[in-house]
Order: sequence, then structure tokens, then C-alpha cells
Amino acid sequence: MTPLFQPLPYNRRRFVQGLVAGGALAATPRWLHAALNDMTELGSAPVLSGREINLVIAETRVNFTGVSRMATTINGSIPAPTLRLREGDEVTIRVSNNLPVSTSIHWHGILLPYQMDGVPGISFRGIAPGETFIYRFTLRQSGTYWYHSHSGFQEMTGMYGALIIEPREGERHQADQDFVVELSDWTDEEPMHAFSKLKVQSDVYNFSQPTFFDFTADVSKMGLQAALEKRQMWNRMRMNPTDLADLSAATFTYLMNGTTPAGNWTGRFKHGDRVRLRFINAASNSFYDVRIPGLRLTVIQADGQDVEPVTVDEFRFGPGETYDVMVDPSNDAYTIFAQSMDRSGYARGTLALQQGLVAPMPEPDPVEWLTMADMMGAMNHGADKDGMDHGSMNQDSMSMGAPETRTMPHSKMSMDHSMHGMQKDSKNPLAKASSTVRHARTEYGASVDQRVNTPSTKIDDPGIGLRNLSQRGLRPEGHRVLTLADLKSIDGVLDDRRPPARELELHLTGNMERYSWSFDGLEFGKSTPVSLRQNERVRIILQNDTMMTHPMHLHGMWSELETDQGELRVRRHTIPVQPAQRISYLTTPHDLGRWAWHCHLLFHMDAGMFREVVVS
Amino acid sequence: MRLIAMKQLTLLLAFTAGALHVNTALAQMDDGEMRKQASNDSSVGRDPHAYSDGFTLTEGPYSQTGPRQLKLADEHAFWAVLGDRLEYQQDSTDSAVSSTLYDVQAWYGTTFDRFVVKAEGDIANGTLEESSTDLLWGHAFNAYFDTQLGIRLDQTDKGKNRQWLALGFQGLAPYWFEVDITGYIGDEGRTALSAEAEYELLLIQRLILQPRAELNLFGMDDPENRVGSGVSNLGLGLRLRYEFSRQFAPYVGVEWTNTYGDTADYRRADGESTSDTKFVMGLRFWF
Repeated sequence: MTPLFQPLPYNRRRFVQGLVAGGALAATPRWLHAALNDMTELGSAPVLSGREINLVIAETRVNFTGVSRMATTINGSIPAPTLRLREGDEVTIRVSNNLPVSTSIHWHGILLPYQMDGVPGISFRGIAPGETFIYRFTLRQSGTYWYHSHSGFQEMTGMYGALIIEPREGERHQADQDFVVELSDWTDEEPMHAFSKLKVQSDVYNFSQPTFFDFTADVSKMGLQAALEKRQMWNRMRMNPTDLADLSAATFTYLMNGTTPAGNWTGRFKHGDRVRLRFINAASNSFYDVRIPGLRLTVIQADGQDVEPVTVDEFRFGPGETYDVMVDPSNDAYTIFAQSMDRSGYARGTLALQQGLVAPMPEPDPVEWLTMADMMGAMNHGADKDGMDHGSMNQDSMSMGAPETRTMPHSKMSMDHSMHGMQKDSKNPLAKASSTVRHARTEYGASVDQRVNTPSTKIDDPGIGLRNLSQRGLRPEGHRVLTLADLKSIDGVLDDRRPPARELELHLTGNMERYSWSFDGLEFGKSTPVSLRQNERVRIILQNDTMMTHPMHLHGMWSELETDQGELRVRRHTIPVQPAQRISYLTTPHDLGRWAWHCHLLFHMDAGMFREVVVS
Repeated sequence: MRLIAMKQLTLLLAFTAGALHVNTALAQMDDGEMRKQASNDSSVGRDPHAYSDGFTLTEGPYSQTGPRQLKLADEHAFWAVLGDRLEYQQDSTDSAVSSTLYDVQAWYGTTFDRFVVKAEGDIANGTLEESSTDLLWGHAFNAYFDTQLGIRLDQTDKGKNRQWLALGFQGLAPYWFEVDITGYIGDEGRTALSAEAEYELLLIQRLILQPRAELNLFGMDDPENRVGSGVSNLGLGLRLRYEFSRQFAPYVGVEWTNTYGDTADYRRADGESTSDTKFVMGLRFWF
């Protein structure tokens, strides 16, 4: 399975930076031609448009790091061709499989008949080797989306591309330049090999672990007792405070439009241009924190759906999410800097007047330890473990704390107080999401290493590593990081204003030591589908009982995020749920069929954090 | 001879049946604890299938025909070989006394059920002086621990080979201690208990200090193998390794072993020292 004597990992710098001209070696002639003639095209995918599209899946030799590897590609390029389609069109997309194994393409965030959704075993049987599958559906929406394989780890080995649907009535925001900025991650390892390593040692790629010398440094800084206290809970709980990503730059090279940091993908603009950047997180397993020092980012779309423009300096997004951002560059060059959430590396590109101009590169941030709040949510009892219980053999935690304090999140309590009048007006018990934590019976087994009893219901937390950046001296004064609370769909987007008729509660669960991920402690193979009725208005509560952020992607219908006060906010197809967070969203399933619902961290999905949804 | 073999086989079967019962009981205990916790919780343990309307992954509207096609890693088997200690040992007082030790564990299976092999042995003067091999079924007991049930085969070229039935726990205890405790039942009413604990102290990301403790107890004297009842020996080791990769780490270290009680008496009677200190040099690896 694994070579016993692996070569030494490349020195970090070279590994993160990758090759200047890395990428697909045996691309389609057209693409190769373009890449050779015009360096700005390097890494930029070819564009396909119209009502009829032909895609060919094949193995292609690539070299991102100095090592030649086989990738799975769509039309020979990484990323796959950018599809520019038109709202209202019926499109026919023929996908031919030249791989020796079955494949598929899923149109991420697109509403369509379930047979066209492209999940083997749920929507259809997959596309067998040598077979051509014809996808045909009408585009009922517009905006920035993407598409990728839903078979095995093919997405991780190169099968992802942008899907842009132009609105029938023209763009709401005019732009002079329009770039797709597709972030992804590449590993030279065979993905299943990487996965099986995590099965043996789940921190195998974490080289930011707490060390003895960190401890002695803390002792001299804060004293022995404080240094011990800082570690006590983590060590007792067998939890790692730097468990921010399962895979890191120890195996990944982070890519922007299929280009390594050293390759420096560059988008060109002219002075006075308004530039639209369509950020797509097409990574298999990496959250990115994106900023362009010197430019403010006006977010105009989230997951392809228009939002009320909000201007920020930085945003975090996980696999599956997209953000459309407008910028007004006035300097000659800017760096697009996308750090991985675990701070082990970054993707990087440039916006410049011409190819070859570069702007200074920011320093990567130091690794920030997860906090107690990330472990327990709202801490209504200070730094005690009251807010959670851990694995089995730990009954004391179950009996500590009165039930009402354990089941009533802190933010909820204070909000309830201030919103008392409002709550009285509302007779409907489903006017807002239930705050009573109800763990599934199957969460008390070997598949779950922690349960959160006092989750945070706030949606305005930028998340670990992005909190108080200005105060910590890591960003200029006034630096603003986007949170879910900043996103509000523009009028008319959220068209179903009915209150939910019922609510479902599911918990995101895992066991880091065993490297197992699940809903409600049940991996996919042990689960049963979630059954929804066509056109019903239903609330889904997701509580994250783990210490990692999970980008949850529900196929076939929108996820309409609300606040803990029941205020409908923003329409998404992928919603990141932070550690110890409890969020809720409403959905109205219009399309019949079976749909996938999963964490879009590919390894979490494959480990079992995956459910089927039946709409009947 | 044949009769003895039959007797041993019967005993083995009887014990296996008993131990299976114990393992099932442990599993039920786990389940019972779970229910109790669930009922302590104000929620009384939500039904994870409550939203299914009776549908399954293969039955109900719009399900794909034929056998279920989508199987994720939770239904795949994985395997690994972990060489915790593969080392050359040299006596601290007599550099001519040296041996080679292996301590390797391998497993094949899913997240919650695995076939586990633990192999440990000493090679000196080109021959395998003694070895013990556990063949076990590992089953997840809780989030961090597996129960392990199976047999152990002891081989020695000086004494008498022994076979044991094994039941143990292996996993990660609070504060990151790797713990492995196994109880054994042999023929003629022999019993034994073996406990191991390891800790990994990261000095820096790749330089790791590993303290290790091992304790062995026996229920009755075994003069043929020079082992006495009670605590027979305690081993304490300290190894410093450098992880060129997480999977490949050479180390140096020191191991101190002391014998107690009747075992120490046997040693004295044999003219051997009751304790020794060894310098070790080896390789930790996994794949």
C-alpha cells in the first residue's frame, strides 16, 4: 500500500510554491496551444458555451511539484473548462468516459431533475468506461457555480471546473473584467493512500502540533499553572487544539486556477476597470481565507445567488462554496492571497496591469489554537467542561450542570431576554429553531468522540484564526472579515416566506482518533434517508458536535439560512457549520427524487458524513 | 499426545465461547451505558432514523434498482503494519551481550472491527530465542478503546511453548497515553496479565521522546519458563526518535528491566542478574 521508505518531504517552501509552469502536460491541443502562446492563459481553463457541450473524461499526466503524476481531467485541463451557459436554456452536455473506471459529473448548486444530478448510486448508475452519458436540463437560475466528479476521489485528482450561468435579464453588477478564481488543492499522493494514512494516524499531516518547547515558552510567558491549564482540557479530552485541517501543505500544493503559487496566476486589468472575481472553492479538503491586500472586496453573490452588497477585507470559504466579489483596483498590481485555514500553506495569484508585475506577498499568519468555545460552544459556566461530554467512560460530565443550562445556549438566553416582546407575539412554536439540544441515541457509541451540550447559535463568528485580527496586529486597523451574518439575499430571492411546518435536527459527528465522520453517529452505510415531502417548508437544524468546520452541501434544493431568531437571511447551497455551532436553515424541496447531502470536505464525505434525502 | 491435543482443543473452544460471551456482554454494557447516558440527557436520545419514513438506502421511492452501489469508506476494509520497536539492544555492562527485538502490530478491517496481529520477539545469536504472537479480533468498545479477543502463542527455545486465550483493551487513555492491557488464560489454570503504556512527547514537530512502561504478572509459577507468580517484570524505556516522515523514524534509547518475586529468584538461581539496563537503537515505522 505505502512505500515503507518514503522520500523525505520536499522542503516546505518548494512544496508550497510548486512548479512555475506546473499543470497538465498532455492537455488538449487547443488548450496547450493557448498556454504556450499567452502566459496569462496558463492555468486559466478554456471557456465552453452554448446549448451543447461535449466533455471527455480521461487520465492526463500532470506535474505540479516536480513529480509527474496521473490526474483525472475533463477535456484535458485542470481546472476543467469553464462552462458559460445562459439562464433559461435547455442544455445538452455529453460526457464521455475514457477512464478505466466509472465516472460522473455533478452540477454543484444547480436545480435539476434528480436523474441529472450525477451522484452514482443515488441519481444514476454512473458513467461506465467507454460510455457517454447525456445530461439534459433547463437552467432555472443564474450565477457562479461549479461542477465536479462525484465518483471516488476523482474530484481531488483534477475533475472540477467553473459553471457560470448568465442571467437572462443581464448582470446586476457591471464589470469590465470578469475572472473565475478557482481555488483547489493538489496532492502527489494517491488520495486513497492519503485517506488510509489518516485511518492509521489522524494527525499524520499536522506539523503544527503543540510541542514541549511551546509549553516551556508558555511557562516563561504566563507561568507554569496557566501553561498547564491551557493544555489540561485538550489533553484530558484527547483533542488536538491545532486540528484545523486533516490534510495540510505536508501533502498539498495549493492551486489558484490550476496554477501553483510559484506559477502565480495573473488576471490583467486596465486602470479604471471594475473587476469581478468569481471565487470558487473547488478544493477537496481545504478551507481558504482569501484577501487582496490593498483592495476592499464587495461581495455581491454567495453560492451564485445575489446578496445585498457587503464590503469586507477578507473571507473564509470551504469546499463547495462560491463568492462573487467586485474590486476597484487603482494600483498596478495586487496579490490575491488565499491561506489554508490551518496556515500550513497558501494559494496565490496576482491582479495586475500586465503579466509579470507582482505585489508584495503577505506573511502567512501564525497557527492559532482552537479555543474552548470551539470545543464547547457557548460557555455559560466558564472554562469548565460542563458544556460538553466526551466519548464514553466519562459519565461525570453527564451528571454535571442542570439540564436547562446545558440545553439552553448562552447566546440564546441573552437573546431571548432582549427579544422577549417579539417572542410573545409569535404564537408559532416553529417561528424559530428549537434550542433544545437533542443528541441522537447513536451518538453515544464508538463513532463519536464528543457531544456539545451548549452550542453557539451565533452566525457572526469569523471562526478560528480570523478573530480579532487587527487587535492581534495581524491586519490593519478596521480589517473586516465576512461572516454568515453579513450575508443577506436581495429582495425576491427568498420567495417562500411560509414558516416551516416541521423541523429536523441532525448532528454532525466524528471520531478524529478513528478518523470516522458521520451524521448522528451513523456513517452512511448505517444510515437511512431523510424523507421530505415535495413543496413542504421544512427547517433543518444542524449542530456540529465536532471541532472542525464542515461545509454542508444539500443537493437538489436550496438551503436558506436563518438566524437563531428565525429571521430568514440568505440562500445557499453549501453552508459551513463551525465547531460547536448550531445553525438552522429552511428548505422547500420542489424536485422529486433522491438527493445527496454531505460534508464537502471530500474525506469527511467519504468517511461517512453523508446522508441521502428522499423527496416524495 | 492426541488426548492432550483434544483436551486443549476442548478447553480452547470452551474458553472462546466464554470469551465471546464476555465480549458480547461488554458490548451490551456499552450499549446499556449509552442508554443510561441518553436517558440522563434531557433528550432521551433522539432516534436517528426518525426522519426516514421507513425508507432505506435501497427501499422506498426513487431508489436505484439492484444491490446498493454507493459504498463509502465506512464500509471498506483498511490495513496497516505498525513497527513500534525494531531495535538492536546492547547490555550497558557487557557490550558483548546484545540482541535484536521486534514489536510489530498489524491490523486489517473496518473502523470498528479488525483482525489484529501483535508480534514481539527476541533474536540473539541468530536464533529466535523467544516470541509471543497474539491473534485477535478487535472490536470498538467506545470512542477510544477496542476490546481484543483471541489467542496468544508463546514460543521459547529454552523453556516450554505456551498457548493462551487473550482478552484485552487497547486504545488511547486521557492525556494521550497509548494503553494496551491484556489478560490471558492458559492450560492447567495458568493466567497472566500484561500491561503496556506509551506516551509521545513532541520536543519539536519531528523530534519525539517516547517513554514506555511494560508490566507482566502471572497467576502461577512456571519453572520451565523461569517465571514466578505475581509481578514478574517491569520494563521502563525512553526512546528519542526523529521522524523523517511520520512513517519512518530512527531512534536511540535506553531500556531498564527489573524482575520481581519468584521470577527474580529464578534469575538468581540461574546466576543471572535480576535487572538490566540496555542501550537501544532502532526504527519505528508504519505503512
